[in-house]
Amino acid sequence: MANTSIRGGLKESPHMRELRYTVHLLRQSPLVVVGILLTTAVFVVALTAPWIAPYGAEQRIWGERIQPPGPAHWLGTDESGGDVFSRLVWGSRLDLSIALTVVGVACLVGASVGGVAGFLGGRVDEVVMRITDIFLAFPALILAMTIAAALGRNLTNLTIALAIVWWPGYSRIIRGQVLTEREKPYVEAARAVGAPTRRILLRHVLPNSIYPLLVNATLDLGGVILTAAGLSFIGFGAGAGVAEWGRMISDGRNYLFQAPWMATFPGLAILITALSLNLVGDGLRDVLDPRLRR
Amino acid sequence: MRARDYIIRRLFLLIPVLIGISLVTFTLSHMIGDPIAAYLTEGSIEKISPERIQMIIKAHGLDQPIYLQYAYYISDILRGDWGISRADANRPVTESIARYLPATFELTIVAVLLTLAMGIPLGIVSATRKDRLPDHAARIFSLTGVSIPVFWFALMLQFTFFYTLKVLRLPSLPLSGRVDQTLAAATGFHSITGFYVLDSLLQGNMAVFVDAILHLILPSFALAYISVALIARMMRSSMLEVLKQDYITLARSKGLTERVVIYRHALKNALIPTVTIAGLAFGGLLAGAVLTESVFNWPGMGRWSTGAILTDDIAAIMGFTLVIAVVYVLANLIVDVLYAFLDPRIRLG
Repeated sequence: MANTSIRGGLKESPHMRELRYTVHLLRQSPLVVVGILLTTAVFVVALTAPWIAPYGAEQRIWGERIQPPGPAHWLGTDESGGDVFSRLVWGSRLDLSIALTVVGVACLVGASVGGVAGFLGGRVDEVVMRITDIFLAFPALILAMTIAAALGRNLTNLTIALAIVWWPGYSRIIRGQVLTEREKPYVEAARAVGAPTRRILLRHVLPNSIYPLLVNATLDLGGVILTAAGLSFIGFGAGAGVAEWGRMISDGRNYLFQAPWMATFPGLAILITALSLNLVGDGLRDVLDPRLRR
Repeated sequence: MRARDYIIRRLFLLIPVLIGISLVTFTLSHMIGDPIAAYLTEGSIEKISPERIQMIIKAHGLDQPIYLQYAYYISDILRGDWGISRADANRPVTESIARYLPATFELTIVAVLLTLAMGIPLGIVSATRKDRLPDHAARIFSLTGVSIPVFWFALMLQFTFFYTLKVLRLPSLPLSGRVDQTLAAATGFHSITGFYVLDSLLQGNMAVFVDAILHLILPSFALAYISVALIARMMRSSMLEVLKQDYITLARSKGLTERVVIYRHALKNALIPTVTIAGLAFGGLLAGAVLTESVFNWPGMGRWSTGAILTDDIAAIMGFTLVIAVVYVLANLIVDVLYAFLDPRIRLG
């Protein structure tokens, strides 16, 4: 019948209907809307950095060191004559790309490992869960710090260390989802018609487990930015002079009383970015939680 | 399953996790550099005689196959030989831990108390005025705490409550450290337990007691703010849960005022899961302490470990990671066990 055909376009697919309802609910919460706008703004700044920033990321203007905020330098200059505003704009690229890489890799690895463990169950599941137990036995920052120390202190290694620390959380989430989903009739039906395990996992179970992953990824983007900046602050990751927000705060710390703008603005940038991501993640969590939504 | 059996089962499950933690620290210690460095009292490896190196290699099995090296490592740990911390004046690592752990614990315990003091009222306000302005305001306040870089917040607190107040010639809070050293020396203060607040009370030294509290305010507040959201969220949801119960409806139908219903009847039951989850906050705060201690020059585990990592002090890094992981795992275990006691569904399920 034409009117029940999803492909025919006459009736909306359940997925689309769900998505539209979710967007509708999200728009009801002013905090989430603010979060989405701010997050978009931060990403736009990062993407258009070459057009927005008046100076280069590591450009030094000699003779204009430690200038307070003013018309020439909106957010002042640092101890080596770098324009704080420009460095913040360029820094957004670095900090966001670290966060996106870490969360992306962690999602991919965690979801694959957790999905397989949950679906196969038995010994595979047991082994994978014990491995994640070990990783989760360390506070994230401390494990990342130690791994970064072992790999060598630079930004690439910091990113690798953070990805190693973050994947077990995702594998836990997906495993939990898969355990619930795999018992549902639609999976049984797929199995009954002879669909192979891989197809059931990728086409049926995973799309139905994606929402909790999405919520966590959004919240974790903020968490990774904070942790990466924290590690840069105590001397891991970004080297001297690199336009990375945590490093800028660390450099500004020595001039805290003399030139407070050097540390203040990068901190505000981190706060605004993490807060907007948390507002979105928090809103998503409420909206996607079936117990709260209806 | 009875509560006792549940606890025993959880304790047994702890063993593989502890073995896993030791495997991670063992592996990382081999990646950081030459494991011999962990046992050198002489500083750098170039300075010492080949005989001495041979002795260390023999004593710790460093010429053995890797699985035997791990066995030696575990036996060293169990015997209390955790190596030498070069970053800490060549002290044995166990001695450094005994020196720095109380400082970190003092800071974290005060921070947990502050977190509860802020989070519980926020949660109550959010729950009783759900989806109204106070609820939104409380949510923004606690989400800001999750989103704020703790080290930056610490710097801003120093700028405001030390520098600005000083410039304005107002009484200001101390910039860093645990106690004013001159004051401590003048009043003959000495540490017994490593907890300065407790020690000064035991010695009846009120001047140092007040000074130690003043030194705690900024770092513990910086640290507490990052965990407020966890407590406030838990308090909000458990309060909402409790307010739906029959006995609350009964209390209301008896004509009790809303105040009495909330503070006398609902609060006690809603508090239980919230206080329990503070154990989780404790674990998170231990990590936050690393950054906070570095800003406030607080002589604790965090400052020691960052110093150790920047100087490739292998023994200290491993000792620190091991201790923090064990404390973290134990804190989580206590939370789980308490929860199981409170909620039979967990141990029966």
